[in-house]
Order: sequence, then C-alpha cells, then structure tokens
Amino acid sequence: MKRRPLALMLFLSLSLSAALGQSGGELKFCLHSDPKTFDPFLVADDASVSVRYLTGGVLIRVNRRTQQAEPEMATSWTVSRDGRSITFNLRDRVYYSDGTPFNAADVAYTVQRLMDPALHSPTGDSFRSGSGEVRTIIDSPTRITVTFPAPVAGLDKLFDQVAIVSARSANKDRAVLGPFYVADYKPDSYVLLKRNPNYWRRDAAGRQLPYLDTVRLSIQPNRDIEMMSFRRGEIDLINWLDSEYFDRLLAQSPQLAHDAGPGLDSEQMWFNQVPNAPIPGYKREWFRSTNFRRAVSDAINRADLSRVVYGGHAQPAAGPVSPANKFWFNSQLHAPAYDPAGALRLLQQEGFRLEGSSLRDRAGHTVEFSIITNAGNKARERMAAMVQQDLGKIGMNVHVVTLDFASLIERITESYNYESALLGTANTDLDPNAQMNLWLSSADNHQWNPRQKSPETAWEAEIDRLMKEQASSLDPARRKVCFDRVQQIVVEQQPFIYLVNKNVLSAVAASVANASPVVLRPQTYWNIETLSMGVQTASRH
Amino acid sequence: MKRVRQFAWLFLLLVTVASLGAGLWAPADYAMQFREAPNSPPSHQHLLGTDELGRDRFSRVLYGTRVSLLMAPAAALLSTLLATLVGGVAGYLGGWWERVAMGATDLFLSMPWLFLLLAVRAMLPLNIAPITSVAVTFLLLGLLGWAASARVLCAGARGLRDSDFVLQARASGLRGVRLLAIHVMPNLKPVLAAQFLISIPVFIISEANLGILGLGVSEPLPSWGSLLRELESFTSLGFEAWKLVPLALLVLVVSGFQIILSRNEVYA
Amino acid sequence: MRTLVRRLAAMAGVVLLGGLLSATLVRLAPGFDVDEQQLDSRLSSESVQALRRVRAQDRNLAAFYLHYLGHALRGDLGQSRTLDRPVRQLLAERLPVTARLVGAGLLVGWLCAVLLAVGATMARRVACDMVATILSGIFLSVPAAVLGLLFVFANAPAYLVIALVVFPKVFSYTRNLLARSYGLPHLVTAYAKGVSPVRILLWHVLPVAGAQLLAVAGISVSIALGAAIPVEALCGIAGIGQLAWQAALGRDLPLLVNLTVLVTIVTLAANWGSEFTGQRFRTSGA
Repeated sequence: MKRRPLALMLFLSLSLSAALGQSGGELKFCLHSDPKTFDPFLVADDASVSVRYLTGGVLIRVNRRTQQAEPEMATSWTVSRDGRSITFNLRDRVYYSDGTPFNAADVAYTVQRLMDPALHSPTGDSFRSGSGEVRTIIDSPTRITVTFPAPVAGLDKLFDQVAIVSARSANKDRAVLGPFYVADYKPDSYVLLKRNPNYWRRDAAGRQLPYLDTVRLSIQPNRDIEMMSFRRGEIDLINWLDSEYFDRLLAQSPQLAHDAGPGLDSEQMWFNQVPNAPIPGYKREWFRSTNFRRAVSDAINRADLSRVVYGGHAQPAAGPVSPANKFWFNSQLHAPAYDPAGALRLLQQEGFRLEGSSLRDRAGHTVEFSIITNAGNKARERMAAMVQQDLGKIGMNVHVVTLDFASLIERITESYNYESALLGTANTDLDPNAQMNLWLSSADNHQWNPRQKSPETAWEAEIDRLMKEQASSLDPARRKVCFDRVQQIVVEQQPFIYLVNKNVLSAVAASVANASPVVLRPQTYWNIETLSMGVQTASRH
Repeated sequence: MKRVRQFAWLFLLLVTVASLGAGLWAPADYAMQFREAPNSPPSHQHLLGTDELGRDRFSRVLYGTRVSLLMAPAAALLSTLLATLVGGVAGYLGGWWERVAMGATDLFLSMPWLFLLLAVRAMLPLNIAPITSVAVTFLLLGLLGWAASARVLCAGARGLRDSDFVLQARASGLRGVRLLAIHVMPNLKPVLAAQFLISIPVFIISEANLGILGLGVSEPLPSWGSLLRELESFTSLGFEAWKLVPLALLVLVVSGFQIILSRNEVYA
Repeated sequence: MRTLVRRLAAMAGVVLLGGLLSATLVRLAPGFDVDEQQLDSRLSSESVQALRRVRAQDRNLAAFYLHYLGHALRGDLGQSRTLDRPVRQLLAERLPVTARLVGAGLLVGWLCAVLLAVGATMARRVACDMVATILSGIFLSVPAAVLGLLFVFANAPAYLVIALVVFPKVFSYTRNLLARSYGLPHLVTAYAKGVSPVRILLWHVLPVAGAQLLAVAGISVSIALGAAIPVEALCGIAGIGQLAWQAALGRDLPLLVNLTVLVTIVTLAANWGSEFTGQRFRTSGA
C-alpha cells in the first residue's frame, strides 16, 4: 500500500522532467587542437572560434539554419542610409556571468578594442572598409550608434562575430554574456565550460537556458581516435566527419549519421600566373591562356571526384559560391560538364596538338607541369591523383607533389615557385565581402597573382570594379547583380578551377536532444543553448 | 638449416624476378584507376582487390616491390658502410679520433633531420620523375641512418683492438688496412648484419612517412611503404585480410635476408 | 675527477653545437617566415605584413642564439611561437609523460628482446630461431602509425607500442652478438666439456658481447625517443614527441632548439653512461 504513492511520484517526476525537456547533463565533444587564444578579438583557428561561439554574447546572431540575422543582445537595429552607421537598441537588465551589468559602454569599449589597428584582429579587419577612426556615440545605456569611416557591406551580419566584452569587470576574461563560460582549461587535455547562471535567454516556457550544465571539449587532433571515442560513447558528437567514417557509421548506426547537404566549402586548383615567378616562360604562357585553363577544367571529371573521393558526399562545384549559400549563389551557373574532346578543341585553338599520347604546345614543348597540395589531407591527395589521370587522357603529364603546409604556403605566397596548386577554402561567412581580399587584384590573397600594382587583365579589372561596387552599395539586389557577374567571370576565365563542394557530414549520439545539424559552422552545436542530454533521438529538419 | 637457407634464397630470387618482370605479368597498369570499383575485394580481374582509387592492388604490389626491393637494400648497404667507416675505424684507432667520432655520432643522432630533408625537397625541381624522387629519398636515408650502429661498432672495434689475436697479428707485422680488413671487420660482422637487416624495413617505412614532406614516392608510383600505409585505414574501413599481403611480403623478405646473412653462425 | 670535468665540458660543447646546428637547419628549411594565418582572406594588407614581421624577427640566427643562451643561463628558455606559452612550462608538463612512456617502453622492449634472443640462441633449434626471427620481422615491418592505432583501438597502453618498436631492433643486434659469441672456439670446448649453459652465458658470452650490448642499450634510448614522436602524435599523448612534431610543422624555432638540446643531453648521457659501464665491465670481467 505504501509503495504505490512512491511509484506514482517517481513516475510523475520522470514524465514531468521529460515533458519539460530535460535539464542538466554534460555534452562532450572534441576540439582538434588547443585553442590558441581566449581573447575574442584575436580568434582565428577553429578551436578558438568554437570556444568564442560558446561563450561570447553577440549583438546580432545569424541563425545558422535560416541564414537570417536575429536579435540577440540587441533587440533591434537600424543601418543608416549611407551604410556607415548602425544604431543598436540593447537589451536591458542583462548581466555578465560574474554579475557585472551590461550596457552600451561595454559595446563602445568592445568596438574600440576591436578596431584598434595595432591589434590586427581578423574580425576587426572585416569591418575595415576604409581608413579612419571608428566613432561610437552612446545615446543611453541601451542605445548606441557606431559609425565607420566608410560604408561596410553586410554591416549587421558582421556583428555575429563580435563578442561583447565587459568594460568594467575586474575579470575580463571570465565575464561573458554567452550561454557558457570557461571554467577550466588544461592544455592538451580539455576545456571545460560551465553554464552561465546569468544568461539572458529563456525558452518558450520561461525556463532559463542553456539546458546543459557543462560542456567538455577534449583536445584530440587524431580523427581516428575521435571516431573511436564516439563509437564508445565517450563523446556525444563529431562536428565534421570525413566521408569514409560517415559511410561506416551509416552502415552501422544510420540514425547517428547526419548529412546536411552541400556545404559552403570548396576545393579548387589554380595555375600560377605571377609574372616574375621562377617557372619557364613558355609554361607561364600556358597558364595565362584562358583556353588552356578552361580546357583543364573541362577535362576533369568532377562527378568521379565526388563519387570516388567523397563517397558521393560532395557535388561538382559550379563556381566560387556553393548552392548552400542561398542568397548569393548565381543559380544560372552550372558545373562544367566532363568533356575531354571539347578540352582538346580548346587547346587546338591555342596551337596545342596531340602527338601520340603526349600534348605539345606551339613551340614543341611537351605539356608537363606539377600540382602541389598539402600532405596529410587524404582527400586532396586522392583528388590530385585523379586529376593526374584525367589530364593524362588529354596528353598532359602531371606530377603530383605533396608538401607540408608551411612549405606549401611559402611557395604560394612568397617564392611563387610552383606551377599549379590544389587547395580548398573553408567559407564561414555568407557575405562576398569577406572575400574582398581574394578577388581584388591588389590583395594578398588573390592567389594566382597577388599584389598586382594595377590589374593585368581586363577581366581582373572588371572583377575589381564589381567588387568595389558591391562593397559600397547597400541595396542587396544591386550587390547580388554585381557579385553574380563576378561569379560568371570566374567561371568564364577559370582562374580558380573549382572542383567540388563537400557535404557537411556529422555524427550526433542518440542521447543528445534537439540537435539538428546544418550547413553553417558550427554545424552540430549552433543551437547549443537548447541542446540537452535526454532520451529523445536527434531531430532531422 | 641449410635447407631453410636454400629456401630463403629461392624465395628472394622469386620475389626479385617477379618484381623485375612486373611490366610483363602485371594484370593492369599500376596507375590505372578503375573508378567504378574503388575499395573492392579480391576478384577475377583484381587478385588482391582495388585500393581507394580503384587501382589494382596486385599490380601495385608487384611494381612497389620493384621500387622498394631494389632501393632499400642499397640504402641499407650505404648506411652500414658509413657506420663501419665512422664507428669501426674510430673504435679501432681509439683516443682522440674515437672521442671526436663518437661526439659527432651523438650529435648526429639528436639533430632534427626533418629540416634537412625539407631543404633538400625545396632545392629539387618540382617536375622530377617519381623514380628520381624515391632514389633521392633512399639516398638521403642511407646517408642519415648510420649513426645508431656506428656507436655499437665503435664499442666492438674498441674491444677487438685490445684482444689477444689482434695483438698477435700486430706483433707478426700486420698493420693498418690489412689488419682492419682481415681481423677486425669480420668480427664486427654480427653488428653489420643486424644493422643491414634492421635498416631495410625501417627505410621502407620511413620513405612512406617522408611523403609528408614531398619526398618519397609520388603519385602514382607505388612503393611498399605507401602500400603499408593503407593499413592505417582499418579504423574507417575495417580489417581486410588482403591488405596484409604487402606486410606479409615484407616480413618474409626481411626474414629471408636474416636467414641468408646468418650463414657463418654456429649453432653450438 | 679531472676526466669528469673534461667530460662535462665536452658534453656542454656538443650540446651548444647541437643547438646552433638545429637552429640553422630550421632556419634554412622552407616555410620559416610564413604563418598559416596569412591565408585568412579577412585580413587586411597591414595585418598580413604584421604577421610576416613577427615571423621575421628570428631571421638573424646569431642574434637569436646568443639571446637564447643568455636567457637560458638565467632559466628562461624562451616562448613558444606556435603555442604562445613559456617553453619551460611546456617542457615541465610534458617531460614526465614522455619519460614514463619511453622508460616503460624501453624496459618491456629490452626484456622481450633479451629473453627472446637468449632463448633462441640457447635453444639451439632452428625452429625457435625461425619463429623469433619472423616475430621480430613482423614488428619491424608494421608502421608505428598502424601499431599505434591498433593499440588505441584495443585500449592498450601506449608504452607497449614503444616496446614493440624497440624490441625487434634490440633483438636483432642481441641475437647476432650472442650467436657470434657462442661460435667462438673456447665456448665450443666449454660445451663439449659439459659446462652448464647458464654459466656459459653469464661468465663467457656476456663479458665478450657485453660492451657492444651496452652500446646497443645506449642507442636504444635514441630509438625509443625517435619512436615516441609518431606514437605520441597518433595516440594523442601530450608528451615531448607530440610537442616536437607540432613544433616542426610550425617551424617554432625556440621550441625546436630547446628540444634538440634536451634530446642531445639525453643521448649523450645514455651513450656515455653505457660506455662508462662498458669500461668497468671490461676491467672487472674477462
């Protein structure tokens, strides 16, 4: 008789907690390296960015699923007509994790520190559209206007990267506005994050977020070991899974493997077009010829690359922008079809001819060049071997050279002692403005021919003009027209020969509730505040 | 024992001939990618299955054997010779020579040679034939791999220097190189043999690991080392027995060399 | 006493030379002045130049080395460029880890090698020798990477990987040395006369092969240290080996110089220790 009320109580409390959406628990996953810094202004590597995402409170958050800007610490905002200023209305009665109140002074302090030229913050550089002072005007504790010296395109979404630091707190490193704060850090071992007791956000039922008590980030550079840990249940999710592991997981536990579709990242190869590069003159002539580059592009079988190297978890790339970037992708563009015969025709127009099984140029030189790529990246090594075979079919003798990353970077950015390179871009930002230093011919990251004093070709001049136009315009439609044209030029001229867009593959344990992996980083824990360790299976929308 | 030795000779001969004639009886070109069937198990057309790019593994083992079997023992021989020169001679001469040589050896053992290899790679042109790249790699390994056994040889030579029979030989007028060659070196043979035997698989594996610097064999040429590295994927693809064939082959070849080189030993 | 002082002075000289040579090697290798962060397309031109300037401050090797020595004498070993932490702290944290790993690995490796070598030689049966040879051949031929992964998979301790890397090499030398010694004429006589095998081993074989075996012991330390690098990197162990690999990839000059000095000291100590013991052995033994 006495047992039944007890059982009833137990049953009620269990179902109540299940209904309320689980509380507590520790989420465990891996970082692939030690975070280089905890200073939110200097983060650049993956591990540091992850920690900043989990601990930093930002004014405007880009919702990783809808790709739209949402209010976070700022309840609303307006961008001025000239695109130089942004006015925020801030949330009030918000406190940092150490109890310090949050107000406009903190935003002003953050902006000033961010834009300090001596700091060289990568995030700050995204805002640096022109030289000059950045002014902040505090209208009230909950209203602030930030004015930049020149118009900044996509100004509001850029604030997704700016974690607001406390101006007055005694412990600036520990005081955060985000869902978690860094409680413990053991180098080479783990970073332990604990729930921020003062986090402002509540769920629909009024319960304070985050649900999780702690997040443990183990530092594990080895992906094989990461996979093993996941299988053993030692970690709860893998943010980025290689296609081989994904297939294995899919075969064994399909409900744990998630394929969010093509991501923003691309893999591409390009030819060295630097005028004074230490390569033979006749090779430079080849690489500067548009028809040569287009022929190479047409001769590469992208479908095979996706199928063999990525197990089908990739798509042939049309151009610089992936279709996953819904707004900016130029939907008129298609990946070049595999057409070796067409490639040979293009080459013949330039005076190349096939003699036996080897291709020769006008002067009789055999077409022979090397592709460099970074060693250790198995996917790239395999793609290079496949490209080698594809180009071999049209008579080109390609050498594949794998180098360690430092040597590779030196060849690409300093000595220019290379002929072609195969690398990839990890795009975290949707806005093309983030790639200004890639497309401007005068910029450092204009890989095929950086730091030009003035554009050397007409089409590069055109790209310069278009990029500057989209940067100074505020009308999204106008900007899209400009950038669509840039993408089209890139596909016509093939300075970068885009190969594939990889799918975003991740693994989430069954015990993680409310997980829904998406394409934007961080793919699996973008909604960390609503994740919890429960018994539901992860949702799939 | 003699029977075993004969068998070992035969086996090594068979492997050498098979690899040298790879061009004649390999079922497919080692670079040919059968892209519809990557990672496939053994079948009629592919005796050992295909690798991750669909290349016939059996052909790659044949060609890889040719590369590694010719070059690794040559490099091992080079490193053994250098070890003898530095360690053996220094130990025999003793005194100041020995101290300097051993100091240099210890220094040599501690250097981060990775950077020398990187520098060498930087100086080589990018468009070298894969076979040249391998040859340079093995040459470098041979030039850098002598330090460990030089120490052991030095200790051995030092011991021999003061031994009775050497003193006797000296007393009877034998000097210098002749003394070295006739009395000292043969007694150092066990260490030389051990050095040679260890170096072969160590160089083969190092050559594969040097791929990370752009040295070693480059695509699409296979080498034993690169074939062995396929084993690393067991975590993602699971254990597949046919992938162990290059390993088994290497083990048997190394054991074969060991048997052959223990010709002069007495099993008391 | 004087010889000890001379020895130490020589050791110091070799160590200093080692540091300088390694610094030269690192400096001359490609990729010294570049930073991975340069490829971030958000960075402005000024920021990229700033990154380059930071890397370029170590360009003058002589200045760097003198600066380093000066500070080292005061106990400050410099700051790691890639990890942004004092080198001294990094070494203090990681040295015990690697010492345990290498120590245990060497112990187990030597044990296996000696037991197997003595067993194979004393058993005087071809089959035993064959089995031992093939076993050692297997572990010589399996790449450390694969062994490491296997052990992580099986949740086995990492020092066993080091043991398995050291064992075949030590076995090879030991077996050959013992077999050679057993073949000497006076031992054949001893056997014929019925002297017990154990006595033969301890009183006649070991003294002859002893000096060389001790030299093998000395270099096995270098072998184990060399194996520690891939093993730690693959098994995710935060020791000196993993540090060395990361430092090499990042061209971290202060860290690399310190690591070379450390490895040189250990190597010298191991080899000179074995030499010293060998001399004692010779004077007291045969």
